[in-house]
Amino acid sequence: MKLFKTLLLCTFALGNVFTAHANDGECQKHLQSYNQSIESNTNYQSDFNELVCRLVDASYQEKETLINSIVASENNKALLIIESLKSADLFYNKKNGDVVTRKKLENGKYQATSILSNEVLGEFKKRTLRKVGINNNLRRTINGLVAELQISSNDVSLRESAAAELLKSAEISALPLLEKALIKEENEKIKEILLTARALIYLQSDDQLARIEAIKFLDGSLYTETRNGLHAFLNRAKQENNGYAKVEVQLAQKTLDDINELMKLNGVLENVYFGVALGAVLLLAAIGLAITFGVMGVINMAHGEMIMLGAYTTFVIQQLMPNNIGLSLVVAVPAAFLVSGLVGVLIERSVIRHLYGRPLETLLATFGISLVLQQAVRSIFGPLNQDVQTPDWMAGTFTVNAGLELTFNRLYIIIFSLLVLAALAVVLKKTLFGLQMRAVTMNRPMASSMGIKTGWVDALTFGLGSGIAGIAGVALSQLTNVGPNLGQQYIIDSFMVVVFGGVGNLWGTLVGAMSLGIANKIFEPMAGAVLAKIIVLVAIILFIQKRPRGLFALKGRSVED
Amino acid sequence: MMGKFSKIAGVAALTLGAAIAQASDTIKVGVLHSLSGTMAISETTLKDTVLMMVEDQNKKGGLLGKKLEAVVVDPASNWPLFAEKTRELLAKDKVDVIFGCWTSVSRKSVLPVVEELNGLLFYPVQYEGEESSKNVFYTGAAPNQQAIPAVDYLMDQGVKRWVLAGTDYVYPRTTNKILESYLKSKGVSDKDIMINYTPFGHSDWQTIVSDVKKFGSTGKKAAVVSTINGDANVPFYKELANQGVSAEDIPVVAFSVGEEELSGFDTKPLVGHLAAWNYFMSAESDANDEFIDKWHAFTKNDERVTNDPMEATYIGFKMWTAAVEKAGSVDVDKVRSNMYGLEVPNLTGGTAVMNTNHHLSKPVLIGEIQEDGQFDIVWKTDSEVKGDAWTDFLPESKNLVSDWKSLDCGNYNTATKVCAGSQVAAE
Repeated sequence: MKLFKTLLLCTFALGNVFTAHANDGECQKHLQSYNQSIESNTNYQSDFNELVCRLVDASYQEKETLINSIVASENNKALLIIESLKSADLFYNKKNGDVVTRKKLENGKYQATSILSNEVLGEFKKRTLRKVGINNNLRRTINGLVAELQISSNDVSLRESAAAELLKSAEISALPLLEKALIKEENEKIKEILLTARALIYLQSDDQLARIEAIKFLDGSLYTETRNGLHAFLNRAKQENNGYAKVEVQLAQKTLDDINELMKLNGVLENVYFGVALGAVLLLAAIGLAITFGVMGVINMAHGEMIMLGAYTTFVIQQLMPNNIGLSLVVAVPAAFLVSGLVGVLIERSVIRHLYGRPLETLLATFGISLVLQQAVRSIFGPLNQDVQTPDWMAGTFTVNAGLELTFNRLYIIIFSLLVLAALAVVLKKTLFGLQMRAVTMNRPMASSMGIKTGWVDALTFGLGSGIAGIAGVALSQLTNVGPNLGQQYIIDSFMVVVFGGVGNLWGTLVGAMSLGIANKIFEPMAGAVLAKIIVLVAIILFIQKRPRGLFALKGRSVED
Repeated sequence: MMGKFSKIAGVAALTLGAAIAQASDTIKVGVLHSLSGTMAISETTLKDTVLMMVEDQNKKGGLLGKKLEAVVVDPASNWPLFAEKTRELLAKDKVDVIFGCWTSVSRKSVLPVVEELNGLLFYPVQYEGEESSKNVFYTGAAPNQQAIPAVDYLMDQGVKRWVLAGTDYVYPRTTNKILESYLKSKGVSDKDIMINYTPFGHSDWQTIVSDVKKFGSTGKKAAVVSTINGDANVPFYKELANQGVSAEDIPVVAFSVGEEELSGFDTKPLVGHLAAWNYFMSAESDANDEFIDKWHAFTKNDERVTNDPMEATYIGFKMWTAAVEKAGSVDVDKVRSNMYGLEVPNLTGGTAVMNTNHHLSKPVLIGEIQEDGQFDIVWKTDSEVKGDAWTDFLPESKNLVSDWKSLDCGNYNTATKVCAGSQVAAE
């Protein structure tokens, strides 16, 4: 009787333990039998929930096996879980180990939703929910697994990235999958990637004929992986005595040399593109100065700060419309023009107009203004750089061939800079304001006696130049840091372009910017970034000695004074 | 009612406090961090950290029965001005200790002044080593506490080719010189090392990234060891992402990119790249949680991040207060001799120890950048690593040791048995 009572008490206590666990969290429940099996050292069948829950505490190596088993389980949540693990959307509750996804709430807290049961678990503080850790090796594993799942997808872009991933890993184990995908594949581009991947796998095989076939196929293939594969093949041939025939080694070497020859050509094209892209940035930074300095003759040291104001305008507009990053960039262009333009007009009316004809004082005054603007921005926004987002359509590359990819953001900036230049040329040549502006520049007293309000033309011209600098700021916010010092990086370059191209000439600015950009990029691979800049600077100094008025000297009355 | 009362009490306490402060003088703590100019972005945070520690200490009743008083000056990222401000702090304000400097140039500029006036400087930033001054305690990492473990980690991950990329000034050049000779000692050949320098604030990374890409396509795994400083990192990482170089292919391990730097930009393209530090905000410990809460309360901003130089400032401050209490005085020589062997808990767990070469023993951590701008710690040294003032991997400093306790020398040559004094640089 007493024994029975103890037993009853025992079961009761045990029951209590179980209910306590149930209150703690679902993962503790899922892990119970696993923990027991470890304690008692017995084998048992892992279930899906338990595998997911074990991710929380596992080391990176254990995680890799867990991820493999999760995918192998073919559970319909497997893909969701490993993809959210990869995109860092998988969290766990620090207190009880539940695996969740989170969503930020209005009150700054986070709502956690169980990934296994889709149950909302309540609100938590940020630090209570911790990320399930992941490192580069795991990312690679996941990429491989996702690729294997997605190679049979109906979505072309998913298939393409999956194929690229298979090409990257080129593991023998993926061969059956590749063959299966090749039969179905109709898209030429994906087919080529898959065939290259297959060749790279054959390159590792023990069958000599297959290897030679593979090398032949790889002739002229420009993928990075091809070069990697051929290098690895040659290294193996050198190190191991694995019966690679001399013929195939020679063939591989020749194929690699041919590819490198092609890559050299690619390299030249790429370098020119880099040069033009750098030139476009210089052009954007300098066009505004071509007006304020080139046309009006004001040595405007605050020009860089106008660019900075444009970049900060972009930031503010993005803050105002956080869900529409792409559109915000389009809105930012006119907004930045207005903000910088207005500040420009203000500076002209309040300071510069009193200083015309006194270049040294103008230089000092505008330098002072640049410091004031920098500190103002620092006081309003803080000294830290601001985070300006890049819209998705600006990321990525435009593929010319497998070995030559042009980055989209630079491509857009090249186009954008040319558009700005064209628009400015139209304003100067075809509008009344442009006519008045040119008239004032060429002969102020005459223009004034023809009834042109030269004062206002000055102000508007300065505003136009500053506004265009603001537009440049929008573009630069996509390439570099948006901080109080942004403008200072571009002021020297801008002056260099304008002086080199010829003061007061838009074409000179274009040609000057492009030639400086390309020259810089030609010297850079040989001499390094620091020395390349110095070489270009010295070249400009020598050039200015010979032609003090730059590439395209302006002819006319204004030249004489 | 209660509120009003406490307010009155507070005011009373304040006036009383001020009265006491005037009657018996305070202990003055100099803060020498740039609050304007290019370095303001990093250094303002450290100024706030010191102020927070001072406030905290005063809440606990001050030090030796006296209140601490922070004297903040702004050297404005202007290196010669650092020396002038130091002189002002030591000679005019008569501060008892200085917490300050970030860049190595600023420290080099301050060095002769603190030595001349026998001041005490706590320097909280990772640096290139090759220095040990009697008047400076280095609480940041020496190269063997950051660069070398990071390279070891990458070797472990199978990296065979190395790009050493840096900004063109003293810290990256010295660090890269050390790393180059370390890599060669590990059997890496010349053609597997590529060294590249760029100017401050470099923003056009197209050519360099494309070169890195080419360097990484020869069948061996490549990695970039980056000593690129400050905000030049943003366009660098952006260009990497744009040209399709991911961390899985060519990882970048950086020594100057921390939470504070990451809070300025969109970290999506950076995920998976690495950084080596002695502290990460994501480290799990009660001390760290408490420190972060205190920081959030002090700055009244829950989004502010903490970083490695902040922890170094924290450790330095804790050590200084402990040494003052132990010495029972703020006299520089007494405090210094009481510093050696002092232990302060790290925020990441374990304890930091001050060695007689004026460098700390600290653990080294490697973190991977996450989408939210935090680091996920992927590797950690088994125990604390002792900071080495003079690296063993450069021929000119191989024989040098620093020991201010038994040798009373920061630059003792074990081969020639001569003490060259702390000022003599390795070059």
